[in-house]
Amino acid sequence: MSFSLKNVISIKDFSKEDINFILKQAQHMEPVARSQEMSQGMVGKILGMMFYEPSTRTRLSFETSMKRLGGGVIGFAETGASSVTKGENLADTARMISKYADALVIRHNLEGAARYVSDIVDVPVINAGDGSGQHPTQTLLDIYTMKRIFGKIKGLNVALIGDLKYGRTVHSLSYALGMFGAKMSFVSPPELRMPQETLHDLKEEKAVTQETDDIHQVLDEVDVLYVTRIQKERFPDPEEYSKIKGAYLINADLLKGKDLIVMHPLPRLDEISTDVDNTSYDKYFDQAFNGVPVRMALLDALLKSF
Amino acid sequence: MKKPKELKVKPIKNGTVIDHITANKSLSVLKILGLPHDQSKVTITMNVQSSHMGSKDIVKIESRELYSSEVDQIALIAPKATINIIRDYEIVEKGKVQLLSEIKNLVDCPNPNCITNTIEPIYGKFYVIKKEPVLLRCHYCDRLMEEEEIESQF
Repeated sequence: MSFSLKNVISIKDFSKEDINFILKQAQHMEPVARSQEMSQGMVGKILGMMFYEPSTRTRLSFETSMKRLGGGVIGFAETGASSVTKGENLADTARMISKYADALVIRHNLEGAARYVSDIVDVPVINAGDGSGQHPTQTLLDIYTMKRIFGKIKGLNVALIGDLKYGRTVHSLSYALGMFGAKMSFVSPPELRMPQETLHDLKEEKAVTQETDDIHQVLDEVDVLYVTRIQKERFPDPEEYSKIKGAYLINADLLKGKDLIVMHPLPRLDEISTDVDNTSYDKYFDQAFNGVPVRMALLDALLKSF
Repeated sequence: MKKPKELKVKPIKNGTVIDHITANKSLSVLKILGLPHDQSKVTITMNVQSSHMGSKDIVKIESRELYSSEVDQIALIAPKATINIIRDYEIVEKGKVQLLSEIKNLVDCPNPNCITNTIEPIYGKFYVIKKEPVLLRCHYCDRLMEEEEIESQF
């Protein structure tokens, strides 16, 4: 088994072997991620972070991953303290940081930003979320979490709930789930349905999917409720947002007696009630931890093969 | 009884004849070529019978030859079109338009949030997913672009 990619831009660039390789390596990384073992795998290597949009988990887990492996991190967590505020374009900023770092991690509010950067720099580029586009490293940790719990992905029944239109995590995740043979239910208000691009790709890979706006229709049949936040920042019209926010509320009452787990890429607002926390349903904090071993495995694979 | 007079389209001395244009697409072809313009003499034939295509359009333009970028754009909306270059009433060059698998710098991405629609030094780049009707996909943001959206840019 090996890893064939130079950049991590879209989950569609991955083969099953690439994903399985990362999942397997991530498991080996867990003791290091938990600080039970030490690693020097990335000593002398520097990761360049370019965060044009806010991030907590993704940014911190990349930083943690690099530091747990003995490497260093440079870059910016917000554009305010960089030359971006002086009007420097993305191409110049990326080229410059690529001269300082061995790999780049970029989060941007515009779709295609990471692909663009990967076309113009010589070091590996990791997409940490591009607008409403893709979030491939989140997908890897989501798949890792499901596989750790259920032992397999094939045949799992997964409901993706909430903002399926603007939510980049579900665009990436649905493709990977389709690749591994999971069944999917897309639960969203009609205004926030999966975009035609994602539906087109899922049809191409012959994924089994259904769409509904009623969460009760799927509760008895699913193994995983993958809940997403309705993202205020992506709505062109604030009035449209206020009509839709709070469309789905997952609480302990709703889940009572159901045989399923609840996942969420976080941050959550009120879509998962705090009374679900620390119950057997709650897997979202384990999921957030899994970001570290998975990103460690990814950095290791990218920087060693480069 | 008087025979109805048939209006004959005269052959052109110098210029270009674009044949086998997808029926009803000739006006979009003219837009691509920036026509009508000044004194340009143009003859358009729409929806005439074609043994190969069922029906087709034909455009004849006097004293004008095409740039390769124009031919590439025509291929997007009329993938079966043929281009005939006429000099002194003779066809000196005849060729089919070719829709390449990759389209660069011909159309813009319709996604306002695509990185290509910014101040970055970057041009639209698309992959041809389907040829008839044409379906493109943005290299950067993955957005699908259908024929109607392509035509609206010309």
